[in-house]
Formats: sequence, structure tokens, C-alpha cells
Amino acid sequence: MSTQATQTRPGPAEAGATSRLGALLRLRELPVTVALVALVIVTAAVNPLFLSPQGMKDLMLNATIMMLLAAGQTMVIVTRNIDLSVGSILGLVAFGTGSIFAAAPTMPIWLVLLVGVGFGALLGSLNGLLTVWAKVPSLVITLGTLYVFRGVNNGWAGPRQFFAGDRPEAFGNLSVDTLLGVPIITVLALAVVIVLAVYLAGARSGRDLYAIGSDPEAAKLFGINTSTRVFTAFLVNGALAGLAGVLYASRFNAVGATTGSGLELDVVAAAVVGGVAIFGGSGTVIGAAIGAILLNTITSSLTALRVDKFWQQAIVGVLIITAILIDRLASLRHAKHLREREGRNV
Amino acid sequence: MSEHATVAVDTTASLADVAPVRGPRWYAGRDATMIYILLAFLAYAALSIPRFASPVTTGFLLLDVVPTLLIAMPMTLIIVTGEIDLSVASIAGLSSAVLGVAWASGAGIWVSIGLALGVGLLAGIFNGVLIAYVGLPSLAVTIGTLALFRGLALVVIGDNAVANFPKEITALASAKLGTSGIPLVILPVAAVVLVFGLVLHHTAFGRGLYAMGYSKDAAHFVGINVGNSKFWLYVASGLVSAAAGVFWTLRYTSARSDNASGLELTVIAAVLLGGVSIFGGKGSVPGVLAGVLLIGSLNYALRLGRVSDVVLVTVTGLLLIASVIAPSISAAVGRWRHSQRLRRHLAQDQGAEPG
Repeated sequence: MSTQATQTRPGPAEAGATSRLGALLRLRELPVTVALVALVIVTAAVNPLFLSPQGMKDLMLNATIMMLLAAGQTMVIVTRNIDLSVGSILGLVAFGTGSIFAAAPTMPIWLVLLVGVGFGALLGSLNGLLTVWAKVPSLVITLGTLYVFRGVNNGWAGPRQFFAGDRPEAFGNLSVDTLLGVPIITVLALAVVIVLAVYLAGARSGRDLYAIGSDPEAAKLFGINTSTRVFTAFLVNGALAGLAGVLYASRFNAVGATTGSGLELDVVAAAVVGGVAIFGGSGTVIGAAIGAILLNTITSSLTALRVDKFWQQAIVGVLIITAILIDRLASLRHAKHLREREGRNV
Repeated sequence: MSEHATVAVDTTASLADVAPVRGPRWYAGRDATMIYILLAFLAYAALSIPRFASPVTTGFLLLDVVPTLLIAMPMTLIIVTGEIDLSVASIAGLSSAVLGVAWASGAGIWVSIGLALGVGLLAGIFNGVLIAYVGLPSLAVTIGTLALFRGLALVVIGDNAVANFPKEITALASAKLGTSGIPLVILPVAAVVLVFGLVLHHTAFGRGLYAMGYSKDAAHFVGINVGNSKFWLYVASGLVSAAAGVFWTLRYTSARSDNASGLELTVIAAVLLGGVSIFGGKGSVPGVLAGVLLIGSLNYALRLGRVSDVVLVTVTGLLLIASVIAPSISAAVGRWRHSQRLRRHLAQDQGAEPG
């Protein structure tokens, strides 16, 4: 029995190599990364201007805000929850940023960033509190707060809008100036995404989020304080949406009552395309960020490829469905693999 | 045969002595509460808001809620099974675009409407196949088709709008029944509500949906065809959403790709407010009807009261949150009162013992 095993199984070194390759192939981020790289290569081959410094900068600027939102959303989705109110949080914070600069134009930018993040965290913690304390599904709670936050934004802003001229030049320059060719706000967003990725992959409390998403009951029995963890996920997601809101005010010309409306489903779509399972337990922040980049790049790519702009959204839809299909196929194969191994290995 | 049966168990005689099994108290349930709230609000509005109780109100209020009400019906059944459909508003937009383009390119109006409904049916089939037979999660799939169908609407009609629909048809969309102010279109809508209500509450298929909402596996084991049930729900949802899109187009005499955008969340909010549990297994058509009408009449009343349109969304959100956390609050209050009673009781016992 044992001799047979040694005959059929590859040597340890070989096995390490194949399993490492296998692990790479099984990465949930792989399909989305391949799609992104292919898209960029094809577009650049047809239209070299696409990869010009200015083109690259536009790509990064466009993806920055969605990247932050998708990273935050991933944290929530991984715990088998969802936050639909991010678009409204972003809108409120963006308008708040405009108001701050209108009232106190000399306020230091780092302080405004801090206030925005704090404001977002406050709104996010409200979501978390309601979800955890009232024990109602987050889909319903955040659908409610989507409307409440938006209504508050509407009431606060009314017909008022803040334009680029209302903010200090240095603040607007955050999305103009670059560091090694990367816009400052993108650098900021990338740093946040990386910190979050490391936290989710390495920290005990980060791993807990996956455990909660895989099986909330088991996580509780295991001794994880699920309420605190889920609450924290909502809080961090709110903070990131707040940061995205401040950056939005820097990047875009006008902020008003409707800023950020309708973003929520795009954000969830970006996470799903990036390999985050909608029912929790798997997926990474990096994948979601790549998903956000992909969805944003498609829009610019199709323009560069001179595809009729009306096709863009339909293609985004096809992409989302393809991503879910790939995920389904992979999980089916994985389940079959596990079953076979169980059958063999007694 | 009959003799044998009477010998085995005497089913008729003993029943008289047994206390009748009390059915669920429909007048005290979650749905009934919604209906009471709706009636109370309507009474309050009629008494205190000038011009609320008038045929004009009835007309506009009912016309405004038609699209939400229509789509809320299949959505109720879908959420009762524990699934969701986020693509409904996009299907409505797509059907609106198809209607406009077909009419503009010279097809007859009824042919165009037929095409629009047909496209909705296909969209529903597409959702249904992916969710019921391929087995993908409905939340993710319909986020995808939300983008896909809205994108196709853009492909079909671009950023044009078609507005020159025949007057008799558009007039039909907002025609009233005599002087009552009740729109004519309420008749087919009421028929749709009735059909979905009957299917959910009075057929084996409908009972099966509740079973699926509790547990798909258990439903499968008792012989419910889970896949087929889901499939037909999404087909129905596609068809009804397309009908809502046609109504939207004719009422506002404008076929555009962005018609009804964002309606999916309004519909879901109304359905959840009507007492349907997002986890499935709970909810009823009368409750949803009350939920839709409550949101509609509240919005209308606020608008009459010169409350700005933009505050209305806050009310919708607060209502939704209140409706889901109310049970938690009442449970917490109940626990608190119970422990208070227990404490008092124990204190009394202790007071009695030493004597």
C-alpha cells in the first residue's frame, strides 16, 4: 500500500512546485487580474495613447474612489453582510468637505481628511450598531440608511453645490500632483488598501472576519466576539467611504445633493468581479480593488477602442455574470476535488 | 371499504368534543399591523391635510404607485423564497427602450407593446436559468443583470427619447373611471395583485415557496421542485417588470433608457416594509399591498403639505429601519418587564420566608 503510494506520488520537491503552481492557479484574484492585463494589452496595442502617462494617470484617478469603496465593502461582505449605504455616506462626506472649506478655507488638509474619515466612521458605526444590536439583516438596515443619509444630504444641501473654485487650490491639487507618476490620492488609496489587505490576511481579528462569514454560529462557538467584529467591519467600511468622499471632493468639480447616488451596486459589483463571494467567507481586498480597477478601465478602454459608448454598461454586466460563473465553476471543481480526496484517503 | 374505515378510526364523533384548533390570528399579525397603520394614516391625512381626501388625490396617488405595486408582487414571492431580484428596474427600462424604438421604426403600437413584454419575458428567463438551473446566487446574478439590461436599454435607444406615442394610448394610461378619480389602469393592476395573492396563499405552489424560504433542502425532500419554482418566479418578475416599463413609458409619454432607474430599491423597501422577511419564509400579499400604499400615500401627503420632495426619502428609510427593529425593541421591552416581574416576585418570596 505504502509502496504504491510512493510510486504514484511525485517527490517532495516536485510536489511543492506543483502545489505552488496549483495554489497560484486557484487564486481567486487570478481571473480578474488576467482579464485586466489582457484588456490593457489589447487596448494599448490598438491605441498606444492608452498607456501614455496622461492616459495612465486618468485610469488611476478614475479607479481610486471605487477602489477604496470596494476594499471597505469587501470587509463587510466577507462577514456575510452587505452595506448598501456607501454611496450615501460618500455623498454626505463629500458635501461636508465642501461645506468645511466654504466655512474655513484655511483649515489644514490633513485635518479635513481626518474629519471626513471620522464622519464616515460615525455613519458606518450607525449601520454596524443597528445590524448587530437589533440583529436584523444588514441588507435591510443599510437600504434604510441609504435613504436616510441621502435624505439628510438632500435636506442639508438643497439646491446648493460646491464647485472647484470653493476649495483651496492645494486640496484640488491632491488629484493633480503625482508621486512617481501616480496621483497623490491614488497613492493614499493604495496605501489604505494594502494596510487593509495585510490586516485581513494576517491579523487574528482579520481572520476572524472570514470565520464569521463562513459560519457565524461556528465562529461564535469558537469564542469569536462576532458582534464586535461585525461592528468594526461596518465602522471601517464607513471610514473608508468617508475617505472616498473627501477624495471625491478633491477629484471632481462639483459636490451637491446627489453626489454618489447609485454607487452602491457598482461597488458590490466590483467586489464580486474581484472574486469576493457574495455570501461571505472568501475573497480579498486586493481582488476587490483589482475588480474596481477593471470595471473602471473597461469604460476608458472601450472609448480608446472606439466601441460605441452605449455598449459599455452591457459589457460590465456580462463581466459580472462571467465572474460569478467562473467562481461557481471553481467551487464546483474544488468540491469534487475534496470529495475525491476524501474517497481515496481513508 | 367504508365499513372498514369506520371501524379503524371513528373520525366524526370525537371531533365535537375536541376544542377547535385556533388558526393563526390574522388580525394580530404583522400584515394586519401594516394595514392598521395604513388606515390610521389615511384617516389622519384625510382629516388634517386639506385637499387630501379628494378624487384628484386618489387618482395621482394610485397612478404614482402603479409601477412599484406591479413589481412588488413578483418581488414578494421571490423574497418569500429567500431570493432577490435587483434587475427589475433595468428590465422596465429595457422594455421602455424597446417599446420606443419599435414604435419609432413604424411597428404598430400593440406590436411594440408586445415586443416590449416579450423582451421582459426573455430577461426573466435569462435570470431564471442562471439562478434556478446554473445555481448562482440571485443577489450577485441580478446585480450583474441590473447592469446588463440597463446597458442593453442604452444600446437599443442610446440617449434618444421617443415621445410621439398615439394620444389615445397615452390617454388610456392616465384615464379615470368616471368621476371617482380611480385610474382605469388600476383594474388590470388589481387583477395582477389578485393573481399573485391567490398563487401565494391558495395554491400548493405558493405553500411551496414558503417552504423554500425556510429551507431549500427540506423543500426539495418533501417533493417541491425548487429549481422550477424559482425559474417561473423570475420569468414572472421579468414579464411584470416589463409591463411596469410599458406603463411608465405611456404615462410619462417618454421612452428613455433611464426610465425607472433606481426603482428596484424602492420596491424592495416597500416589500420589506410590508412585512416580508428578507430571509424568506414570511410575508403576505395584503401586507405588501399595505406597505406600498403606505409609502405612496405618505409621500403624497408630505408633498401636499409642502414638505420638500428631498426629505421624502428620509421618511422611507426611517420607516424601513423602524419596521425591522420594532420587533427587536418590543422583545427587549418584554424581556425587561419579565425580569422586573421576576425580581419583584422573588423579593416577595424572600420577604415572606423569614416570618
